[in-house]
Amino acid sequence: MAAHTGGLTETGGRTTVRIENLVRSFGERRVLDGLDLSIAPGEFVALLGRSGSGKSTLLRALARLDHEVAGSGGLTAPDHVSVVFQDARLLPWKRLLDNVVLGLDGPSARERGRAALAEVGLAGRERAWPVELSGGEQQRVSLARSLVREPQLLLADEPFGALDALTRIRMHALLRRLCERHRPSVLLVTHDVDEAIALADRVVVLDRGRIAADLPVDLPAPRRHGSGEYAALRGRLLARLGVDLAEEEDAA
Amino acid sequence: MSTTALDEQAPPAVGAPAAPVRPRRPGRKRLGPGRPVPYGWAIGPLLLLALWAAGSGLGLVDARSLPAPWTIAGTAGDLIDNGKLQSHLATSAQRALLGLLFGVAAGLVLALVSGLSRLGEAVIDGPVQIKRAIPSLALIPLLILWFGIGETMKVVTIALGVFVPVYIHTHNGLRTIDNRYAELAETVRLGRLAFVRHVVLPGALPGFLLGMRFAVTAAWLALVVVEQVNATSGIGYMMELARTYGQTDVIIVGLVVYGLLGLVSDALVRLVERRTLTWRRTLAG
Repeated sequence: MAAHTGGLTETGGRTTVRIENLVRSFGERRVLDGLDLSIAPGEFVALLGRSGSGKSTLLRALARLDHEVAGSGGLTAPDHVSVVFQDARLLPWKRLLDNVVLGLDGPSARERGRAALAEVGLAGRERAWPVELSGGEQQRVSLARSLVREPQLLLADEPFGALDALTRIRMHALLRRLCERHRPSVLLVTHDVDEAIALADRVVVLDRGRIAADLPVDLPAPRRHGSGEYAALRGRLLARLGVDLAEEEDAA
Repeated sequence: MSTTALDEQAPPAVGAPAAPVRPRRPGRKRLGPGRPVPYGWAIGPLLLLALWAAGSGLGLVDARSLPAPWTIAGTAGDLIDNGKLQSHLATSAQRALLGLLFGVAAGLVLALVSGLSRLGEAVIDGPVQIKRAIPSLALIPLLILWFGIGETMKVVTIALGVFVPVYIHTHNGLRTIDNRYAELAETVRLGRLAFVRHVVLPGALPGFLLGMRFAVTAAWLALVVVEQVNATSGIGYMMELARTYGQTDVIIVGLVVYGLLGLVSDALVRLVERRTLTWRRTLAG
């Protein structure tokens, strides 16, 4: 098992997230089985894994949404955590701005909410109802709702999984830009290897409740599918996920 | 404030202009019911009225069983002129409104307590379900013994009929609020009160309003019955008195008034529904 300590050395001891020997079980099944992971401030980590590998369990543990799940281990996460779910999860009976500022108070809350909506390209739509929006737009509102809270850690659970391919590419660019501006630490759960490489500073592969691979993504800025380094990294990640690239290409 | 996010992505237009109209192809039939007929809702009632008028005019309908529409209109005019109709109507409306008020308040409070706490549900839900199994009107003998034959008994009977549908539908609305919203509320750190205000109450509103529509009907139904039990005023009393004297026309005026009251109150609740539930875009439009 590759216990990751990179975050510690790179940032001189500062970490946003530190997970040590984390165990989470549902009945007899150990979904997380002694997992170690650290995330540095401002670091964008993509978490890859097959279904059932424990990705969502880990994310829910970090979001403190696992009240009734048995478990042990050390988990340090910041106070300000925001979650972007796979479904945008907007309250249908609240207008967009009210959804964005849900739970925020203070005189500047609505002003910041308006700014956040403008940041995701929805300026002027403050009074629209969620049902009037496309899936991609709803997910942008959900991003605005997360970022207006200036989180130290942004957790995203397959946020683009339900979107079409073109919308997804646009959302990738938007998410990258927003993260560069706000600099939260990010843990993005995905099963899409290309999405992980396109977005993350580091890709972590989860397998049977542990970290099976932990690879930095050191590709030059426009990360293009064509480059040799890209293909090599993609191949390594797919191999860790149990996909033999030779077989995949034979089939193609 | 920056809007760079907009640079390379124009947001897709919402409510895109309607698709160009294509000429209708022959031989393809529309399977849906098609476009609504203008004022279609009025056609059936008007047809019925025309039949009734024709029957009375041609002497096919016995005037003692069913007086002609114009006789009814004349009787209604007389009743309004001598002030009887207004006075009976005021009494009836007061009973119905008071019963509705107490019934809705009770149903709402019980539903909230039972919907928001497991203990509340354990204590409240069982008795309400038992009450639901007993028709409200079957309670009248007991209520007369307890409260006498005065206004209290009448208002209590109406309230008992009203609170059940309000409770059932509000409680159901509360219980069917998606658990994912509770999870969201946790991640944005809503407190208990804010959770109730922003998530629970608006989420239960459609159920509550549906309950209100049943409640209004239940109120009128109970009103009819209690007004025929030892009442000395009210639309029901007026009809009961007319039965004694064989005044079919007065009875029919009473029926028309009951019908209008039911229609108007249902329309009111639906208006409130449309105003408060604009966020829902359902098939109803």
